[in-house]
Amino acid sequence: MSRPAKLILEDGTVYDGYSFGFPKSTAGEVVFNTGMAGYPQSLTDPSYAGQILTFTYPLIGNYGIGRQRKDKHGLPINLESDRIQVKGLIVSECCEDHSHWDAGRSLKEWLNENEIPALQGIDTRALTAKIREKGVMLGKIVIGKETELYDPNKDNLVAEVSRKDVLELGKGKHRIVVVDCGIKYNIIRCLLKRDTRLMIVPWDYDFNQQEYDGLFISNGPGDPVQCAATIDNLKKAMKARKPVFGICLGSQLLGLAAGVKTYKLKFGHRSQNQPCVSGQKGFITSQNHGYAIDAKTLPHGWEELFVNANDGTNEGIKHRSLPFFSVQFHPEGCPGPKDTGYLFDEFISIIEKHKTGI
Amino acid sequence: MKETIDNKPEGVRKVLILGSGGLSIGQAGEFDYSGSQAIKALKEEGIKTVLVNPNIATIQTSWGFADEVYFLPITKDFVERIIEKEKPDGVLLGFGGQTALNCGIDLHGSGVLEKHGVKVLGTPVQAIITTEDKGMFAERLAEIRVKTPKAITVDNLKDGIKAAGEISFPVIVRAGYALGGLGSGICKSMKELKEVMQKALTYSKQILVEESLEGWKEVEYEVMRDRFDNCMTVCNMENFDPMGIHTGESIVIAPSQTLTDHEYQKLRSISIKVIRSIGIIGECNIQFALDPNSDDYRVIEVNARLSRSSALASKATGYPLAFIAAKLAIGHSLLQLPNPVTKTTKAFFEPALDYLVVKFPRWDHEKFRRVKKEIGSSMKSVGEVMAIGRKFEEALQKAVRMVNPGLIGLSGNDIPFESLDDELRHPTDKRVFAVVKALEQGYTVDRIHDLTMIDRWFLHKIKNIVEIERELRKNKLSQDATAINTSRLAQTSAGRAGSAGGQDDGGKMSQGPDRDLLRKAKSHGFSDRQIAKLTFGDDSFSSEMKVRHLRKEHGILPVIKRIDTLAAEYPCHTNYLYLTYNGNEDDITIEKKGIIVLGSGPYSIGSSVEFDWCCVECIKTLTKENIPPIVINCNPETVSTDYDESERLYFEELTVERVLDIHDKEDDKGVIVSMGGQIPNTLAFPLSKAGVDILGTDPKVIDSVEDRHKFSKILDQLGVDQPEWKESTNMEEIMRFCRKVGFPILIRPSYVLSGSAMNVAFEEGDVEELLKKAAVVSKEHPVVLTRFIDNAKEVDMDIVAFKGEIMAYAITEHIEKAGVHSGDATLVTPPQKLYLETVNKIKKISKLIVSHLNITGPLNIQFLAKENKIKIIECNLRASRSFPFVSKVYNVNFIRLATKGILGKDIARVSNQAFDLDYLGVKAPQFSFTRLKGADPQLGVEMASTGEVACLGETAEEAFLKALISTGFRLPKKTVLLSTGDIESKARLLESVKMLQEKGYVLYATKGTADFYKMHGVDMHVLAWPLEEKKPNVMDYLKEKRLDLVVNIPKSNEDIELSNDYLIRRAAADFDIPLITNAACTRLFVDAICSLQEKDLDVKSWKEYVS
Repeated sequence: MSRPAKLILEDGTVYDGYSFGFPKSTAGEVVFNTGMAGYPQSLTDPSYAGQILTFTYPLIGNYGIGRQRKDKHGLPINLESDRIQVKGLIVSECCEDHSHWDAGRSLKEWLNENEIPALQGIDTRALTAKIREKGVMLGKIVIGKETELYDPNKDNLVAEVSRKDVLELGKGKHRIVVVDCGIKYNIIRCLLKRDTRLMIVPWDYDFNQQEYDGLFISNGPGDPVQCAATIDNLKKAMKARKPVFGICLGSQLLGLAAGVKTYKLKFGHRSQNQPCVSGQKGFITSQNHGYAIDAKTLPHGWEELFVNANDGTNEGIKHRSLPFFSVQFHPEGCPGPKDTGYLFDEFISIIEKHKTGI
Repeated sequence: MKETIDNKPEGVRKVLILGSGGLSIGQAGEFDYSGSQAIKALKEEGIKTVLVNPNIATIQTSWGFADEVYFLPITKDFVERIIEKEKPDGVLLGFGGQTALNCGIDLHGSGVLEKHGVKVLGTPVQAIITTEDKGMFAERLAEIRVKTPKAITVDNLKDGIKAAGEISFPVIVRAGYALGGLGSGICKSMKELKEVMQKALTYSKQILVEESLEGWKEVEYEVMRDRFDNCMTVCNMENFDPMGIHTGESIVIAPSQTLTDHEYQKLRSISIKVIRSIGIIGECNIQFALDPNSDDYRVIEVNARLSRSSALASKATGYPLAFIAAKLAIGHSLLQLPNPVTKTTKAFFEPALDYLVVKFPRWDHEKFRRVKKEIGSSMKSVGEVMAIGRKFEEALQKAVRMVNPGLIGLSGNDIPFESLDDELRHPTDKRVFAVVKALEQGYTVDRIHDLTMIDRWFLHKIKNIVEIERELRKNKLSQDATAINTSRLAQTSAGRAGSAGGQDDGGKMSQGPDRDLLRKAKSHGFSDRQIAKLTFGDDSFSSEMKVRHLRKEHGILPVIKRIDTLAAEYPCHTNYLYLTYNGNEDDITIEKKGIIVLGSGPYSIGSSVEFDWCCVECIKTLTKENIPPIVINCNPETVSTDYDESERLYFEELTVERVLDIHDKEDDKGVIVSMGGQIPNTLAFPLSKAGVDILGTDPKVIDSVEDRHKFSKILDQLGVDQPEWKESTNMEEIMRFCRKVGFPILIRPSYVLSGSAMNVAFEEGDVEELLKKAAVVSKEHPVVLTRFIDNAKEVDMDIVAFKGEIMAYAITEHIEKAGVHSGDATLVTPPQKLYLETVNKIKKISKLIVSHLNITGPLNIQFLAKENKIKIIECNLRASRSFPFVSKVYNVNFIRLATKGILGKDIARVSNQAFDLDYLGVKAPQFSFTRLKGADPQLGVEMASTGEVACLGETAEEAFLKALISTGFRLPKKTVLLSTGDIESKARLLESVKMLQEKGYVLYATKGTADFYKMHGVDMHVLAWPLEEKKPNVMDYLKEKRLDLVVNIPKSNEDIELSNDYLIRRAAADFDIPLITNAACTRLFVDAICSLQEKDLDVKSWKEYVS
């Protein structure tokens, strides 16, 4: 076993474990994810910025980290951004001897390269129950030197994870402006697969002067109300009545632009098995969010598109007559099921209809 | 059709459910579980249920489940008669394994269902046929661009050879419609191909020659779909053993361990696509092969029904697949049904596990003469266990102990291997232990991977265990034990309450490496016994207790974790629990004190669903008496491990250590050990020594009956006779005993190397031969010799006693003469052919024993009766295999009575009138010889049947025929082959043979038999023996299926390799021709078929008989 270290929660609970990542102390909001596979994708998901992620599945690292390769658009295969996004990682057991034909590095090596602290030997089930009962909590991983608690929700995390410049990808016929609030690469891949040309812009970029066929608002970390600039731009864009599609944070931002209220869930949805219902159809979805739209505040002209079958929270909204819709879950999977991948097709067909219709 | 989303279809008021019949390899207790769940689900809807299942030992056929139960064969003809009588609206085909599915296809194909307006609920028959017909299946998947193995369907040998040429060797040959891969095999050469094809063609008209995917990963998904097309996967599982080894023969892990998100989701998406295309409604299982070197895959098969895997997935995840599947079958939507585990979430979701499970198969190869021990593409295991842990090492070591209570863990067992490389390359039931041995001997993971193709991930984990084993051997725990005693006590009790600490920062000096090592060993699944053996050099009870004491002082204790289907994401109060050392906090606090009931452990030869029935009836009684029942069991194929049966369920090991751990947590009101068969029974004495309150008969008394010497003394004291016996380690002494009492002699070694454990010696030469071949004889492993009494009648007495008095009893008579294991015998109750004097003596002796030992609870005594002389051959102070049989035949719940007695409630004696019936029950063994390549299908002193059935009738003949048909036996139409053993048995069968002739059967016989009967005026066609090169040869007749029935009575002491008789019996099993090997059974059978036809057999429900 390696060096003893601690996880300390804001309520004073201490969990003893062993460090297996980069040996420095760190702090953030402690959250959990119940997915059983897909740790490389989760760890690189920008929505986890500022958070210490706990995996409830006890064995993590089994298949290592895929060899570093990039697709034809220059996006790394099997990862959701260009770096590990979490502040720290908590597991029960990190696999030392991974096994997979495509594995390049071990999880441990990857964490150390990225200077991300990590603990193993923690009763992650007890920790999860604690977070569930008390609500999401701040916490810190202490390896040797003490550190202060840090509340990421007070910061504009989106500004941190969003891109700083404009990136154009693809040569397809549909021109889509993609607002990057911390976008997962597989969303980009899903859009590019559908004959699109993407203009990927920073979160606060005013795209209203641009020519485009559809607008996409991405996922991202933290409290949506921090993204005032994006909401303003969206409000303007909606007047143009061009198709808008939002995912996760993007859904909350569309809602806020339409006039809803958002709130923080007691414990967020961070798993790959969330059932969502639309009409008579149900879908298993992958999710990662701590805030949600309060459906009771939906203004006139809007309706719920999806509802969570477990807790009844909102999972997506749409305008009754205008081409605006969004989902709280991740139709692009990565990690998790892609049963709702058809929503990207729907976005494209709305764009096509809109183009021919006007 | 206009309907709202969750309206179940109108008009379904009565549903017929087909069970799975007697337990056989590939079709075991899991279908009792799924059938029981289906009945519960329908009852909740107010739908009447009619169940057909001749497996009388099941829970589904017990009181309080189906509205009507028919103990009848699950065949088209019987089921049609039941349909005519009961007029159900619908039928469920997916809850009784392959038997029910095949019967359903028959009923559909012959138009019976349509004729009577019975609707198939759930997956439509056409979809079932698509999944069962390999050709259609491949075609359908090709249409939706899903890959299946390259394969060509053929119906003859010539085309098969051509197909193999096109695909190129190695190829795999598969028979369609066959349960558990029956008749399948991998062929690496033309010669092998011809052999396997010939056999496969006997099971199925269509066979499949396909590309071999040996070495690919094997992965399964359990999929659910409702009629509104909502579809999801409940669980996936990965096999430890790659493709080439049947999933029933493989260690299986849930969830998959070595699949990336990409692979997991890719296979999941394909699963859903396939299931939608086929049109499954309810539950099904889909199997994949996944290339270990790319993300290429093949879909292997879809089982359009509940299966062994789905039972496992239910237990692995907590998601009640069968229950929900039944709800979907009657028309509900997944979106509306609540998740019965959480009650707060919906049935439409995919469980998230925060633990892993390891399924380990149970083989019983020792019980079968001559069986091939290799494991491969067809299933031979007879049961399984499931272990839960938060480390793979922890779960795997638990599983090993669960599957065989004699093992102390994965390592430290000293299992010898002749050639490790051979063993690794050609796996047998000992494969995983060979991997351990190889690692101990310094083989690298890569080398083992090359030999076994097992994924390196699993091998590395086993290597971790071997490394800890090495550290433990080096470590001298014993020396530090006393030093730590005092200093640690205070610290640990404080430490546990405070932080969730696994590691104290202070006190490093005093604890040394031992505490850390101990903790590490425990978190990797080492048992106290294993640690004792590795560090102290012995695994005796006292050493084990020493380790237990030491680790408790170190504060190294397991914690209780809950299985909740959602990894603690939502609050949820399930009672489905396990223990782990990889955690710091218990999930639960115990509020209501209860009574612990120990389950049966894995199904094996001799311990099967009947003990689960006993446990469940015991649990139900406790609940009724307002005592919270707490269950410990580790068998995923059981109803007792259904979480809604008990107050708390611990899916855990049945070992002294684990029961004590749970006892410490539960502070229970006592433990019941007498329901789950021999495994819990042997725990009684050590548990009581460790301070557990054993309820019922005093554990000291149990011990005195289990101990041969003590029991013998008791019998002498009571003046009760027993066959002469001797325990010895000395060859001379053994011979002296044999000469003294005379042959035949039953030999029972206590340690077996190979071959079967028990055997009969007929002359001096045999004794040495048997001992040399089969056993190690040493001080620790003595041999027990018992005089074998020829031609005696065997009688079973099942008793419920209360404070030394008999409150209820049932006498059961064996059809076969003594010498056939009681588990393989055909039983009749009430007895038909016992002298009154014999019965009275048996009652008297039973009374004497019960009162002398002051017994409270269930017990079983076995007697030998010859010329009104009675000897006791066995006594078990626990429920026996025949308890459900007698309980249901007499409509007296023996277990409820016994449980009340155990609780100290006053129980009334059951009046003798209850045992005076105008009908009777016959219980017949269910064999699985067809699956056990090479095994000699004959009855002997070692039990070989895998299950049983029982039917009721007005006469023994009627009930016997029903029971026999229930085991899959087809009544002969025309031709019978006779080879009737020695002269004595030939003579005994003369009358029967004459009857067959008179009835117009065409009789064939081997030379000696034909000569004998010719002398007595019966003409027969002579067929040459298999080993004779002459024609017409009996082997050709068997291969060509020109014989409808084989009667082959073994000569008493033949045990020659490849004897003629063996070849005939084996061919009958291989070519699926009904076989009888016992003279007494033959007589009853001939009496029956000469007086009755199938249509004369009454179709009466259980209620109709007993009321």
